[in-house]
Amino acid sequence: MKRNTMRDYLRLLGTFFRVSLLGELAYRANFWLQAIESLIELGTALALVSVVFTYTQSLNGWHASELLILIGTYFLIGGAINMIITPGMSRLIEQVRLGTLDYLLTKPEEAQLLVSIQRLDLWKLLDLLFGLALLVAAASWHGSWPSPLQILAFALTLLAGAIIVYSFVLFLATLSFWYVRVENILVIFESMYEAGRWPVDIYPGWLRATLTFIVPVAFAVTVPAEALTARLTWLALLGTLALAALALLVTRLFWRFAVRHYSGASS
Amino acid sequence: MRQLLAVYRQQLKTALAEQLQYRAALIIWLIEVALGPAVSVSVWSTVARNEGGAVNGYSSAGFAAYFIATMLVNYATQTWVFWEFSRRVREGEFSPLLLRPIHPIHADLADNLAYKILMLPVITLVTLILFFAFHASIALTLANVLAFLPALVLAFALRFILEWTLALLAFWLTQVNVINQLYVVVVLFLSGQLVPLTLLPTPVQVASAWLPFQWMVAFPAELLVHRLSPPALLTGLLAQLAWLLVGLALFSLTWRLGIRRYTAVGG
Repeated sequence: MKRNTMRDYLRLLGTFFRVSLLGELAYRANFWLQAIESLIELGTALALVSVVFTYTQSLNGWHASELLILIGTYFLIGGAINMIITPGMSRLIEQVRLGTLDYLLTKPEEAQLLVSIQRLDLWKLLDLLFGLALLVAAASWHGSWPSPLQILAFALTLLAGAIIVYSFVLFLATLSFWYVRVENILVIFESMYEAGRWPVDIYPGWLRATLTFIVPVAFAVTVPAEALTARLTWLALLGTLALAALALLVTRLFWRFAVRHYSGASS
Repeated sequence: MRQLLAVYRQQLKTALAEQLQYRAALIIWLIEVALGPAVSVSVWSTVARNEGGAVNGYSSAGFAAYFIATMLVNYATQTWVFWEFSRRVREGEFSPLLLRPIHPIHADLADNLAYKILMLPVITLVTLILFFAFHASIALTLANVLAFLPALVLAFALRFILEWTLALLAFWLTQVNVINQLYVVVVLFLSGQLVPLTLLPTPVQVASAWLPFQWMVAFPAELLVHRLSPPALLTGLLAQLAWLLVGLALFSLTWRLGIRRYTAVGG
């Protein structure tokens, strides 16, 4: 196996991106349907927040503008997850079941990378853009713009959150080498993710623990939003980064272990 | 009549056998069903705590009771046929259903009931968990259970007939997902599942009084948690009956027009 550099990885990602864009361009109406769907979802979230904030000034210390920052983060990272991570992973589970993973493993590129980016749901990019727009709008409504340091912390925790979710989902999907019915767990992750629309500190202890350590929604949404609204301590920042590194490492080792034990399913 | 009963018994048996194959789906459904009320109760309890214990007469325990009640009513009344109907029409699955000697709505009704029987243990478990996790308080009396039951049956009949009529739109439109999604959001808000109706802005409450949605979920749920006076009970039951008649008229009209339009594809 040849040694890959970061540039090769980016080039591969670009290729996959182009191929799925060409595929999607054949169905342009889907763009508008996805746009309407995203707007409905965003509108629902905003309407609910406006009802909640007619009865209170702050939700556990989060003001309306800060909660909008959180919802912006929710859509931003949710868009990224639904665009890149979950489509590839559900494809992986299908490939293991059908035995077509064999073709992918024989390709001369790093299999984990190919598996991770093999299917892109491009129009979810809209969720990402809407989230970003909401973030900017909420930050300017908030009054004081976040400092460069806060923006840096936001970017770092956002990346860490994405890595934690990616590692988590890949770990689950890799379990399909042994258990065929894992796709159900992915559905559970998707429905639990919706709880991330609110800061996890409003939930009772058991639910907060679940959303932090069992299904890492807290790291994906609440922590970055905390970084942008100056709530995150240095310790929590370092802890999040360390956890991201650890999660990536564990999943990487587990993936290599699993591929060594993969025996192919059919034909 | 006896013939129809025999048909129902057989449909129920088949549907039960079919759905027992997907036991893993039960767990997913358990989480999906429990998460919505858990999030709502957490949000509104936090608001109640911030505002000195209660919002509009709802304490934390009151919110918990209310959202558990709406969850139960929603479970009992929900249908999902409008997500499947478009495929039925598009792929010609509808033709064999039409050839049967009884109206296809009976098969869907039996399916719906079978699914609910199957989910009964799950919903009981979810109710108990939420009840204790959120310290809900509810005082059931014979009188309010007796008032609740007819309201629940009417709510089910009303929702089933209206949503089956909505599903019939698939005869005219090929892309129904956006319409369905909009419908689901409207129902979430106006049937009192996201927010108790009395907390919505006044114009929305006025509009909601003239629409069928609050009679599908909020009305029976409020009866169960003692939030309605005897005159409101009577108005509610009459409104349910009136909407049921409107629903039946709409259904028979739409069905007659739609079936004339339907041309089978494939089969």
